[in-house]
Amino acid sequence: MDNVVELNNVTKQFKDFSVTDLNLQVKRGFVHGFIGANGAGKSTTIKMMMNLLKPDAGDVKVFGLDYKSHEKEIKERIGFVYDGNVFFEGMNLKDIKRIVAPAYKHWDDDVFKKYIDQFELPLNKSIKRFSKGMQMKASLAIALSHHAELIIMDEPTAGLDPIFRRELLELLQEIMIDGNRTIFFSTHITTDLDRIADYIAFINKGQLIFNKTIHEVSESYAIVKGRKELLDRDTEKAFVNIHQSSVGFEALTDDLAGAENTFGDSAVIERATLEDIMYYMKGGMQHV
Amino acid sequence: MQIIISNSSKEPIYEQITNQIKSSILTGELQEGSPIPSMRKLAKDLQISVITTKRAYEELEKAGFIYSIVGKGSFVAEQNLDLIKEKKLKVIEEQLSAVITNSREIGLSLDELQQIMRILYEE
Repeated sequence: MDNVVELNNVTKQFKDFSVTDLNLQVKRGFVHGFIGANGAGKSTTIKMMMNLLKPDAGDVKVFGLDYKSHEKEIKERIGFVYDGNVFFEGMNLKDIKRIVAPAYKHWDDDVFKKYIDQFELPLNKSIKRFSKGMQMKASLAIALSHHAELIIMDEPTAGLDPIFRRELLELLQEIMIDGNRTIFFSTHITTDLDRIADYIAFINKGQLIFNKTIHEVSESYAIVKGRKELLDRDTEKAFVNIHQSSVGFEALTDDLAGAENTFGDSAVIERATLEDIMYYMKGGMQHV
Repeated sequence: MQIIISNSSKEPIYEQITNQIKSSILTGELQEGSPIPSMRKLAKDLQISVITTKRAYEELEKAGFIYSIVGKGSFVAEQNLDLIKEKKLKVIEEQLSAVITNSREIGLSLDELQQIMRILYEE
């Protein structure tokens, strides 16, 4: 089975915010980045994947299974790495292991020891005295120790220093080598994804804008810069959003080939970073 | 096998990989039948995404430079090196002819042309 996670027409309504008609597939064996501004619906989506929130409509399948009848089995195979401290604050890793290990059928003490050594985590120090990076590592060590096939991470790199972020990315690549694991992680630090993500899902105001491979993203989106005379009713159709100033215009296109055709050498066409895409989409999808 | 990736190059990363592996094969640095790293291992070593190395390997396979056996990995395919070199040589001859035509148009002598060539070649 190819898709580890499938969200089909999922809708969740809150008083002042909703995630609507979300369709999202996560493929086995790849790193899937999930981007969007604060409040775009990333955490809501992840919570529905984890069955911490139930959708009002649509269905969620993980490993092809339904939460209604297979909740325990699904959860056994997921490792959830949260943003921040999820453990009981006053406890140390030894205590936590004693509580968590029996809850998983596939808990592996040797793997746990291996990661504790590799991450240089103290077993007897209380978690509340761990740095943010260490808490993150502890949470990851536990996820890896029950042989999770799907690792879901909610903002794992937020608040971490650049050196630790790189180490984490390297570690994630290491655990991807055998090809059976899938990583789904949300972030707004998009440079992390430029490095290692295979697929990017982008959510904006509760709606999925796209879910593509990084190649598809870089072959469709681009930034076009040029003189304002180039803009007219026809050429503007190529753009998702246009920013104009007294010295010219800058715009995002989702049709790179079309823009190259229209503007040729008369405008500067550059690769759009994920950050560019997020920034220009901020105002929603609009063909001016 | 060594691969150097430039993040600021206009050439897409998967193309940088295919071109470098191709030239390792053509220069004989990678011998026929010898294994190349799995795409996941290569992705980790280059610190790039798996889908990028996957694409590079797929293109190399399509072009007949490597082949893959499920569960065993990827290997350098048998190459008709003479044929490939001959083809390349033909392309080079065509390109040089164009250069010569251009040079004659502005009255550049063979000596001067060779000098330019030497400087560029040694760059």
